Amino acid sequence: MTGMRSFPFLSLLTLLPLAGAVVVATLPRGKPKLAKLTALGFSLAVTVLTGLMWAAYSTTGDRFQFRESYPWIPRWGVSFTFAADGIALVMLALIAVLTPVVILASWHDAERPEGGEPGRRSVPAFFALLLALECTMIGVFAAADVFLFLVFFEAMLVPMYFLIGSFGGARRQYAAVKFFLYSLVGSLLMLVAVIGLWVISADQLGQATFDWAKLAELDIAEGTQRWLFLGFFVAFAVKAPFFPFHTWLPDAGGAAPAGAAAMLVGVLDKVGTFGMLRYCLPLFPEASRAFAPMVLVIALIGVLYAALLAVGQNDLKRLVSYTSISHFGLIGIGIFAFTSQAGTGAVLYMVNHGLATGLLFLVVGMLVARRGSALISDFGGAGKLVPVLSGVFFIAGLASLSLPGTAPFVSEFLVLLGTFGVNPWVAVLATFGIILAAGYVLWMYQRTMQGTLNPTLTEARGMRRDLTRREVVVVAPLVALILLLGAYPKPVIDVIEPAVQATLSDLGVSDPVPSSAKGGK
Amino acid sequence: MATRLLAAPELKLPDIDYPALAPMLVLFGVACVGVLVEAFVPRRLRYRLQVSLAIGGLVAALVMVIVSSGRELTTAGAAIAVDGPALFLQGAVAALGLVAMLLIADRTVEPGGAFVSQASVAVGTTADRQQSGQPGATEVYPLALFALGGMMMFVAANDLLTLFVALEVFSLPLYLLCGLARRRRLLSQEAAVKYFLLGAFSSAFFLYGVALLYGFAGTVQMAGLREAVGDTGRNPTLLVLGLSMLAVGLLFKAAAVPFHVWTPDVYQGAPTPITALMAACTKVAAFGGLLRVFVIAFPVGALDWRPVLVVIAIATMLVGAILAVTQTDIKRLLAYSSIANAGYALTGVLALNREGVAGTMFYVVAYGFAVLAAFGIVTLVRDPDGEATHLARWAGLGRRSPLLAALFTFLMLAFAGIPLTSGFTSKFAVFSAALGADQVALVIVGVLSSAILAFPYLRVVVLMYLSEPAEDTPTVSVPGVFTATALTIGVLATALLGLAPGVVLDIASQAAGFVS
Repeated sequence: MTGMRSFPFLSLLTLLPLAGAVVVATLPRGKPKLAKLTALGFSLAVTVLTGLMWAAYSTTGDRFQFRESYPWIPRWGVSFTFAADGIALVMLALIAVLTPVVILASWHDAERPEGGEPGRRSVPAFFALLLALECTMIGVFAAADVFLFLVFFEAMLVPMYFLIGSFGGARRQYAAVKFFLYSLVGSLLMLVAVIGLWVISADQLGQATFDWAKLAELDIAEGTQRWLFLGFFVAFAVKAPFFPFHTWLPDAGGAAPAGAAAMLVGVLDKVGTFGMLRYCLPLFPEASRAFAPMVLVIALIGVLYAALLAVGQNDLKRLVSYTSISHFGLIGIGIFAFTSQAGTGAVLYMVNHGLATGLLFLVVGMLVARRGSALISDFGGAGKLVPVLSGVFFIAGLASLSLPGTAPFVSEFLVLLGTFGVNPWVAVLATFGIILAAGYVLWMYQRTMQGTLNPTLTEARGMRRDLTRREVVVVAPLVALILLLGAYPKPVIDVIEPAVQATLSDLGVSDPVPSSAKGGK
Repeated sequence: MATRLLAAPELKLPDIDYPALAPMLVLFGVACVGVLVEAFVPRRLRYRLQVSLAIGGLVAALVMVIVSSGRELTTAGAAIAVDGPALFLQGAVAALGLVAMLLIADRTVEPGGAFVSQASVAVGTTADRQQSGQPGATEVYPLALFALGGMMMFVAANDLLTLFVALEVFSLPLYLLCGLARRRRLLSQEAAVKYFLLGAFSSAFFLYGVALLYGFAGTVQMAGLREAVGDTGRNPTLLVLGLSMLAVGLLFKAAAVPFHVWTPDVYQGAPTPITALMAACTKVAAFGGLLRVFVIAFPVGALDWRPVLVVIAIATMLVGAILAVTQTDIKRLLAYSSIANAGYALTGVLALNREGVAGTMFYVVAYGFAVLAAFGIVTLVRDPDGEATHLARWAGLGRRSPLLAALFTFLMLAFAGIPLTSGFTSKFAVFSAALGADQVALVIVGVLSSAILAFPYLRVVVLMYLSEPAEDTPTVSVPGVFTATALTIGVLATALLGLAPGVVLDIASQAAGFVS
């Protein structure tokens, strides 16, 4: 396996979907099937390559593995530097799992967009955009050069903008522009902070650089750190999204086609929390410690406020979006509690949330495609018509409310446990969010699937078909992973934990395990 | 008379380094030949001849600039400085001018070209209707060459009087060219008059400023001014007044707030190829002049003029960005965007260091190629009345012409500063230089205004792709060879300067040292 570690996994992983996007985009519009199969093939190749990389990764090895570096703009000290730590690795694995599933789930979305007129949109364009999105997302997690990260971070907006804007439902233009502008403001503020960091590196190292490893060594005055921290943090808080920067997500999630929404909430938003772990904490340790109480407060507000809003939604996709904002608050609490338990839980939650919410969005998409409406009031008693689909919907819902036995439970538990040791009141208040989660998930299920059959449902032709074979293939891997990781999360935790501990040691926080043990004495 | 002649031996003619002046001499020479062609060659032969002359002249000038690269000298009695920035910007003027010339020369998109046959014929008369089918005037080629030659001289001028002469040489042809549109002639003539009147005002300011500065320093040479500014014993009032008036003239050409009001009207009214020429080349020239004047002649010392220029830069970015949001005409939108871009380039000037000079030069070149391509696309979207510039008419264009819409989207993303386009790298270049010089406020306003400015760009993209085509969506003309080449160069340059900016950045950085 040592030989495997020098294999250029990360650059190939980034290039493969890009090549796929180019190939698919040039396929003729008249052969949609060919475009779909090609896209699926490329995404499965990425999955295989990621699987090999996972196998080659050594949990006891260096913090950053698979490092590659090629010069790009030498005058600015910019290079194509890729490297992955455990956190990046699990996120890459999540992308590898989710992308082919989403492509398969979106099989007919380009031809029959909700709210759009059928047959006028380009199928190859849709799948090329999905692959381009995969490329930028892989790049964002694999980059070990801050400039390169910023490039992927901003470039990520473009395919998602077109996926929402061209293939989304009602109000798609508004949602697409809002998504783009919110994210752009964040990334531009980050640009200023990145340039600031670069200028400091020129002063201290004599040679300006964007290499993450060198930037992490800089000794930055605390006042400067705070400004730079804020530049990065706002960008990540918009992306995650954290309260009060969250208002774009329900619009984007509500308007995006289901597959794109699953990618958006499942992976793309995780870039925000990933960025906090990779950039805010190690690069600006003093500022991170100083701002931690503030971050905990807004994360907590996010948990509770978004959960309350979720209860009141009548649109399935907006409801799922709000639940995500609530969950992102919990991830934020886990990151800024500064204990290895909570940190590991937060990263695990990023993976599990991607699987659970991804599944929930895809199942909602299947329901919406059948009924032709995303409004909860248009459903009612649907479980009688589509029992298997309703069962999967139930599982996705339970995973989303972190029922023991499903994967999110483990991560949520770790977050709360790790936080309780250092910040009991935050943990206690956050628990209310979980109670609300049970409320909105079960009530949503009740209103859509149970009770008396809504007579308009029987008129919708789609509702006569339960899960198709294609849809079974879509949901099966996600359901299996949710259950598997709920029962046996150790392989993933083993990858995550060393990386989280390295991050905390960059932060200068003492090993938190003894401190929580001390509290127990 | 006799005494004058006798005194002649005392008048020592300055040494002239002809190879160093060659790029300018070639352009002026070819322009003069072009005037003779107008006078003596039969009408039917003129178009081909003029186009060949213009393109050949620009290519020759570009080659001569490249041959001279690395030289550093002043010549013609120190009136002209041939140094890194001068050569880089002259090369930029020649290269961008060449692309603009291709747009000007196109006669397939609009039969007969974008220019009227006889501009002096009153609009709406019988004579006007008769000339509507005739091919356009060929005087535009020598006029454009004179303008480009003037710009080349402007970026190399080493004393304020040469700077003024160059300013007039490139401005006067532009005033004329603005009034020569084949369609919407009244709008075009209004634009010309407006540009001429305001331009004349700004020239007067400029000249008065030069006079006051001469009173202050006793010289108009850049080196002499620099010395005088460092000398504390002189009259600061003259310096302040003189420099302010000089700056008015320069900032007018750069379209900086509050001297920007002409820009939208002129950009809208002028024939689109001329608008492209102004947006790309005039900007290069104006910033060449600004850099030389502010970095060389007036070092920050006794008089710290930076706060004033910071306020102007901030106002330029914000006004350009905010007013761009409200525009409904694509040419006006691009005009306001060009105002905001002047603000970003000013950010680089204000860094006042080598990185700032290099960044500004990189910025104007990157912007120039993108804006040429953007206006090139504007010329293609047409209905029976000419170009359909109202934004509402662009709805659903992506369905009708996916390739053109994709190119325009790419350019809009470049203007918005999205990575992997030249817009990102060029903004990075100027912002990093400014932040290195501790201009934090300027950079923060810069990024926030770019976010505002992204909105109008996105709106165009939304219109093209995400809106349903209207019944009367204009047709997109198939570009002729000239326009197609211009578009290809513009788009490729925008992509290359975004993907691999290293080469041009290195050239700009090496060329960032002035002589005086």
